[in-house]
Amino acid sequence: MASKLENFEQTFDRKLTAAEAYANRPRHWMLYTGIVLIIAVLVGWSGSGIRFTGMTTTGTEVARGVLHGVFSPDLKLMFGTGETDVPYLLLQTIAIAVLGTLNGAILAIPFAFLASGNIMPKPVAYLVRLIILMIRTIPSLVWALMWIRVTGPGAACGVITQSVCSIGMISKMYITAIEDLDTHILESLDAMGCNAFEKIRYGVLPQLTASFISTTIYRFDINLKDATTLGIVGAGGIGASLVQCLNSRRWAMVGSFVWGLMVLALIIEFCSTRIRRKLAHGA
Amino acid sequence: MDNENTSVLYKETFYDKIFKPEIVTLPNGHTVRRRRSRTPFIVLALVIAILWAVKMTGFDPSEIVRRFAKMMDLMKKIFQPDWSFFPKVVSPLLDTIKMSILGTVIGCAVALPVAILASSNINRNAIIVSIFRFLLALIRTLPTLVIALVCALIFSLGTFSGTVAIAIFTFGVVSKMLYESIETIDMGPFEAMEALGANKFQAFWSACVPQILPVYLSHCLYCFEMNIRASAILGYVGAGGLGITINERIGWRDYNSLGTVLLSLFVVVAFIEFFSEYLRKKLS
Repeated sequence: MASKLENFEQTFDRKLTAAEAYANRPRHWMLYTGIVLIIAVLVGWSGSGIRFTGMTTTGTEVARGVLHGVFSPDLKLMFGTGETDVPYLLLQTIAIAVLGTLNGAILAIPFAFLASGNIMPKPVAYLVRLIILMIRTIPSLVWALMWIRVTGPGAACGVITQSVCSIGMISKMYITAIEDLDTHILESLDAMGCNAFEKIRYGVLPQLTASFISTTIYRFDINLKDATTLGIVGAGGIGASLVQCLNSRRWAMVGSFVWGLMVLALIIEFCSTRIRRKLAHGA
Repeated sequence: MDNENTSVLYKETFYDKIFKPEIVTLPNGHTVRRRRSRTPFIVLALVIAILWAVKMTGFDPSEIVRRFAKMMDLMKKIFQPDWSFFPKVVSPLLDTIKMSILGTVIGCAVALPVAILASSNINRNAIIVSIFRFLLALIRTLPTLVIALVCALIFSLGTFSGTVAIAIFTFGVVSKMLYESIETIDMGPFEAMEALGANKFQAFWSACVPQILPVYLSHCLYCFEMNIRASAILGYVGAGGLGITINERIGWRDYNSLGTVLLSLFVVVAFIEFFSEYLRKKLS
């Protein structure tokens, strides 16, 4: 667009005045109409498939019940210490996320190195990338359903599920970190006469650790939110109890679980943002 | 002798008070303090966390090794998809795509005004800003599946509940990303327009909107990518789409058909991701 104005300036052989430049301002109306048209067509097409079939007969009751539950939660459940109470289930959810993320972060390392174009030959890298994409595409809930068939329900199944499905995103982020490696440092270490181990210790690790840890913490954040839903299929954590309460319409209990979830998510988001900011800026 | 600058550079934390820093004398006579490494502390905390988590979840690594062959069996079946099942996949797959398109569009449309109200450089009223932010944070804490389940209970089973759930989720995420982006825009043009006599709306329209729009579209596309993946599982709680089929196939242990479903989902997701990444690169 700037080039168009420069062309004008060359043909007229003088600087355009502000008014003239404004009259020749770039106009994207074609682009904008195009975008709006595409969106309109897509909405029209997708709207055809989605029918509002009205509320269920108990719809208003459910809505009122949920609201009522949220504002008057079951306090005994919320602060109890038994194995079916909110604090224990929340801790179990955190435990699933901790183990799942750590396993995933370790398992992702070989994948990430195998998929990095600057270390591996291109065909190998692309093949591993395809595998990573596949791991990422299968939703975690489907992974959980498959692992439940193998290991049976329970919190351990949640851990395994998260270990596997974390690999996808973590290794994707690791790959970017590895491909951004500054190889000049390795060359200068070479020139100093360092051996392979020293090159890895002083040339590679310091460049990678910060972003690896940051990625892992970010994934922990995601896994924790995921772990709350894994319970729905029976993989441990708070989800199972929440769904049971919803289906059996015990609104006060629903309320206390929802509060538990909210508090947990808010705390974790706050902490993870702080730690990651510290890692990124060093202070 | 102690370097005067060290006290400025060196902020003593609680950890440093317990583990006194090491004092190193440089060849020129200056002394510097080197902090004790925090690594042992972090490692200890991590080990305790792992042990506690293992106890809490009953996770046993040997279990994986023992059951690995079984999982491999399952995976093998998934990679031998039964293509005769494909015609039954098409309609729920299209439903899933429709749900995520409509949900994304609705969510993004609502997110724009809210994000503007929640960004502190445009809305000067600190109370309104913090109220909106708190509400957005609350919405983001609710898992999509739980929203979908509640919607399914309220609006009956089917794609409509899924659309509502996706719209709510998109609204939360896009608003947050958008107000964070809006706060980084250059307010200079806005002030210049106001100084020239434009009213607030005119100034906002011609100075801020052109800066916000590409970022907004890029966030919407990113969210659409996420939604396609998320909406595939909403069927599990009865909110329409592929999830119903997936759940049914796993229930019947029909892993060859499950492979068909997952591979078609994979192709669609990969295609949309590729396309959206291309568009987002163009936008930035």
